[in-house]
Amino acid sequence: MTSNSKQEWRDGTLAPALKRAAERQEVFETSSGQEIDVVYTPEDLQDFDYTRDLGYPGEYPFTRGVQANMYRGRIWTIRQYAGFGTAEETNQRYRYLLDQGQTGLSVAFDLPTQIGYDSDHSLAIGEVGKVGVAIDSLRDMEILFQDIPLSKVSTSMTINATAPILLAMYIALGRQQGVEPADLTGTIQNDILKEYIARGTHIFPPRPSMRLTTDIFAYCARQVPRWNTISISGYHIREAGSTAAQEIGFTLANGIAYVKAAIDAGLEVDSFAPRLSFFFNSHLNFLEEVAKFRAARRLWARIMREEFGAKDQRSWTLRFHTQTAGCSLTAPQPHNNIVRTALEALAAALGGSQSLHTNSFDEAYAPPSEEAVTVAVRTQQLLAHESGIADVVDPLGGAYYIEHLTNSLENQAREYIGKIDSLGGAVAAIEQGYQQREIQDASYRYQKEVESGRRTVVGVNKFVSPYPEIEGLLRVKPEVEKRQQERTAQLRKERYNAEVDRTLKRLEDTARSTDNTMPAFLECAEAYATLGEMCDVLRNVFSTQKEFLVF
Amino acid sequence: MAKDRIRVLVAKPGLDGHDRGAKVVARALRDAGMEVIYSGIRQTPEMIVQSAIQEDADVVGLSILSGAHLELFPLVTEGLRNQGRDDILVIGGGIIPGDDIQALQQAGVKAIFGPGTSTEDIVSFIRQEASGR
Repeated sequence: MTSNSKQEWRDGTLAPALKRAAERQEVFETSSGQEIDVVYTPEDLQDFDYTRDLGYPGEYPFTRGVQANMYRGRIWTIRQYAGFGTAEETNQRYRYLLDQGQTGLSVAFDLPTQIGYDSDHSLAIGEVGKVGVAIDSLRDMEILFQDIPLSKVSTSMTINATAPILLAMYIALGRQQGVEPADLTGTIQNDILKEYIARGTHIFPPRPSMRLTTDIFAYCARQVPRWNTISISGYHIREAGSTAAQEIGFTLANGIAYVKAAIDAGLEVDSFAPRLSFFFNSHLNFLEEVAKFRAARRLWARIMREEFGAKDQRSWTLRFHTQTAGCSLTAPQPHNNIVRTALEALAAALGGSQSLHTNSFDEAYAPPSEEAVTVAVRTQQLLAHESGIADVVDPLGGAYYIEHLTNSLENQAREYIGKIDSLGGAVAAIEQGYQQREIQDASYRYQKEVESGRRTVVGVNKFVSPYPEIEGLLRVKPEVEKRQQERTAQLRKERYNAEVDRTLKRLEDTARSTDNTMPAFLECAEAYATLGEMCDVLRNVFSTQKEFLVF
Repeated sequence: MAKDRIRVLVAKPGLDGHDRGAKVVARALRDAGMEVIYSGIRQTPEMIVQSAIQEDADVVGLSILSGAHLELFPLVTEGLRNQGRDDILVIGGGIIPGDDIQALQQAGVKAIFGPGTSTEDIVSFIRQEASGR
């Protein structure tokens, strides 16, 4: 029989089949709580308008991709987040990764560096060099990038509260190498709002933090025009347990807050918006993830054009980095993580990522070993060069289910943005604990689903079997802390301390004024003032912010 | 005198902000009928020892994902011991390589619950160990 409508098919073909055998589950749902129908047809896309909703690649609303030919021109940037121990060890890992065909660097800093303490501060105990490299001063940066010409690599730095300091050190390092600021390429994460929501490395209250952010926007627009001044991040929001819809809703709401702050600071939207970039998670629900990237791209284009009146096409484009989901990695049967990561990486590529980090299979235990990170890099190269998916743009575009999901994720994200608006915008909503509470509820729900067996995690709550322990885990040696502390103590003796004092005083005066702080940071960095010293000045002027705790 | 409900302090020593696990465990313990105090992130070992004693906790649950566990967990157990409160049960979780578990147990951390642990296992462990204290 041939049905002429979905309803006819439901009655005539599906119903008898369901009578014979029930489905595996009573309901099927996306991670964002949307019920999934058995099949999707043109009837599910009744208002669909190709030009309005998809358009062509490289054209508004960029649903299909931000470039005209996407990976046919150049493959996405393979960019592994890496850093541990001292600058020397990390420098070696970078050179290894570049030798393996990696095309961009991504610096992981340790927590003291992220939270504004030098390695010899009492709060740094046990943390020096653990989750990333320890950087106390320009001297450490010189070692970190030894024999790596800044004119040839683009460097992404996961740094937020202390972003202006690390950017200043990078500019200073470039000058030493004879590279003009205008020729530097890379990204600083510089997204403080998601730190309050999910990641927890904030230092100062939201208002002065947003001022530092917009100072960077303004400074780079003039001095470092090829730099991505922010990477507005949903990654950590998702890692903290949000759904896919919350990930893009909360992230774009943060994006709106930055754009408004910059406009309020007197910047013209098209002067800074082309340099905004994004960072998303690629999680396990493959088709939902592909749709999520497409929905985020379309929604941002619409917001920038329609709500902010941006005229420059580059202001409309949502360019993004993706990392596969760290929280999806399992400790049991760790080699399964290679497959999980490959699927997530495939979703990232089919979703049109500009750059990608693939997690290593041992990361539920420790930072990645060289062997594990090599498999992760090869996974991307395999996708790029063997699978054929990079030979055509947006191959899933037009699939009924994908377009339906793209629509529903955009709508769900809009609802979250509307809710945040009604609470007074992203900052006010964070202060009220809205996003934090939503994420906690979602993460608890997820955990309950795993424990009840409603959600399968292979090797954890189903298909459990013995597995050998992984060998060769990366260990950061305890000597690292001491060696780093000695280097910084030595620096404090050797540098010209009167100049350090002078530049720190200027930083303080600038922070108290309304002038752009970046030139003062640069002066401090070039005088070898330490990160901790600069942050002490700012903590004094701006005060500090406790976490907006919701429990 | 036995209290009606087990009191648990869930705390995050060190600087890492990964609080998903700590919050999920805290909520599961609360749902299981325990009284739970959640400290928030960036607690020093001294702060944790102090609030464990002030809050009259039976159990302290520590979570670290940054790799600083070998340095910081023992500072908590040592601090409790110095205050004469090593009767308080200390357990831990996070990203902790298997090789480190023995050292942590020797330092007085009773059990380590890694990624993938069911919250029910933590609940029943605490009930078993903390009841009758």
